[in-house]
Amino acid sequence: MREASLAVAPGRIVTLLGANGAGKSSVLNAVMGLAPASGGSVIFAGERLDGLAPERIVRRGLTLTPEGRRVFAGLSVGENLAIGAASRRGGAEVRRTREQMLELFPVLAERLEQPAGTLSGGEQQMLAIARSLMCAPRMLLLDEPSLGLAPQVVDAIFALIARLRDDGLTILLVEQNVELALEIADEGFVLAGGQVVMSGPAAELRRSGGIAEAYLGAA
Amino acid sequence: MEVLAQQLVNALALGGTYALLALGLAMVFSVLGLINFAHGDLMTITGYTLFFAIAAGVPFAVAVPLGVGAAMLAAVAMERVAFRPVRNASAATMLLTSFALSTILHIAFQNLISARPRPVPVPDWLGGSLDLGGLEIGTIHAVSIASTALLLLALSVFLRRSLLGISMRAAALDFPVTRLMGINANAVIATAFAISGLLAGVAGVLWIAQRGSVDPVMGFLPVLKAFIAVVLGGLGSLSGAVAGGLVLGFIEVALRAFLPGELLAFREAISLSLVILLLLWRPQGLLGAPAVAR
Repeated sequence: MREASLAVAPGRIVTLLGANGAGKSSVLNAVMGLAPASGGSVIFAGERLDGLAPERIVRRGLTLTPEGRRVFAGLSVGENLAIGAASRRGGAEVRRTREQMLELFPVLAERLEQPAGTLSGGEQQMLAIARSLMCAPRMLLLDEPSLGLAPQVVDAIFALIARLRDDGLTILLVEQNVELALEIADEGFVLAGGQVVMSGPAAELRRSGGIAEAYLGAA
Repeated sequence: MEVLAQQLVNALALGGTYALLALGLAMVFSVLGLINFAHGDLMTITGYTLFFAIAAGVPFAVAVPLGVGAAMLAAVAMERVAFRPVRNASAATMLLTSFALSTILHIAFQNLISARPRPVPVPDWLGGSLDLGGLEIGTIHAVSIASTALLLLALSVFLRRSLLGISMRAAALDFPVTRLMGINANAVIATAFAISGLLAGVAGVLWIAQRGSVDPVMGFLPVLKAFIAVVLGGLGSLSGAVAGGLVLGFIEVALRAFLPGELLAFREAISLSLVILLLLWRPQGLLGAPAVAR
């Protein structure tokens, strides 16, 4: 990753596109403090986040659903959800969020006692998103939520992501599936060769057709 | 029949002590990827705390919690001083750090206290025996088994019911994602060390109650056995560490009891050969997850 500057407006879905190895995940990991960038700054709601540990950044209202879902396979679905709320105090509020999640993802309610590793890929992705939402974030970073999932499952997950935005959540979406991402996103940035090569409203990016070139240029 | 029951009690007592030590090693390994060879020195620290406390006139019942507390404090201090600076270094660096720490502690004990064993007087009742319906059990064995069982039960409740316990299991599975949940990495690691100190402290009290003395390298052999138990049970598995400790205890006691006299000298070699056979049969350890083909 050389340099990139991205801005995400509140209550929007912004998508970050680019070929494999273009540095999309690096951006997310740098924002969350998992792999701090060598320079630059991360500003969220007027506060600098760069240099903070991930556990501190989560408390500022930012969270990440990592690539490959990475649910805690040996822990039950209920334990995965409980741990998602580890940064919060106040049992009553946490219980309310948990009920909302089980309403949003009824399949998780049926499998609360099951080890997360026994869920299907789509169910694990739902659990991973629900686990992220348990910390009541203001902004959600999503890394490749469609990876390895069947098309119908992907549709369901993307419908849900759009619904979360409609409920007021700010979302930064990293996605291989360009068409799908631009369909639900409000704005997009295209990364190639370690920098932003295109940006603008999603509808415009979809029309311009220059994205395929950016992908080829990166290879 | 009675001999068998006697040996079963001995095996449970010895295996239980190995299990406590192995579990402490496994807890630290599961969150940090570190095999802490200075773990045995926590037992030694418990031993010297008992020695000094009792010499100062502190009653045994008070000296025991002091000794266990000293091991916990020492474990947390080890992490803070020795292991935190190399936390993100390679496994080999961390392993060497633990060897260095262990050696420094041995030399410190030898020079500051004594190279010779120091007596730790144990109350008479601990040396006695209990009559359980015709079966005579050494009190120390009964205490060993009871305290091991109690500690394992409490730890299992902690790991399943409390948020910190669940976090520790999560950290063992995926540390970076655990931090993404807002869980403080230092808190999880310090807790793992504190628990390993608690387990080593209790194991130290039980070990010393049988030997009646403490010396600078006392912890080396038991921690080596505990390491074997951890590998036998499956590196990274907590229940595996307990199972490995118990199995190793059973093997050792069975060999001591039933080997013909002329073979007794070889019992360590035979016991380790049995461990190797078990590992050839299950390379991932008794309870370890089978290696996933990639």
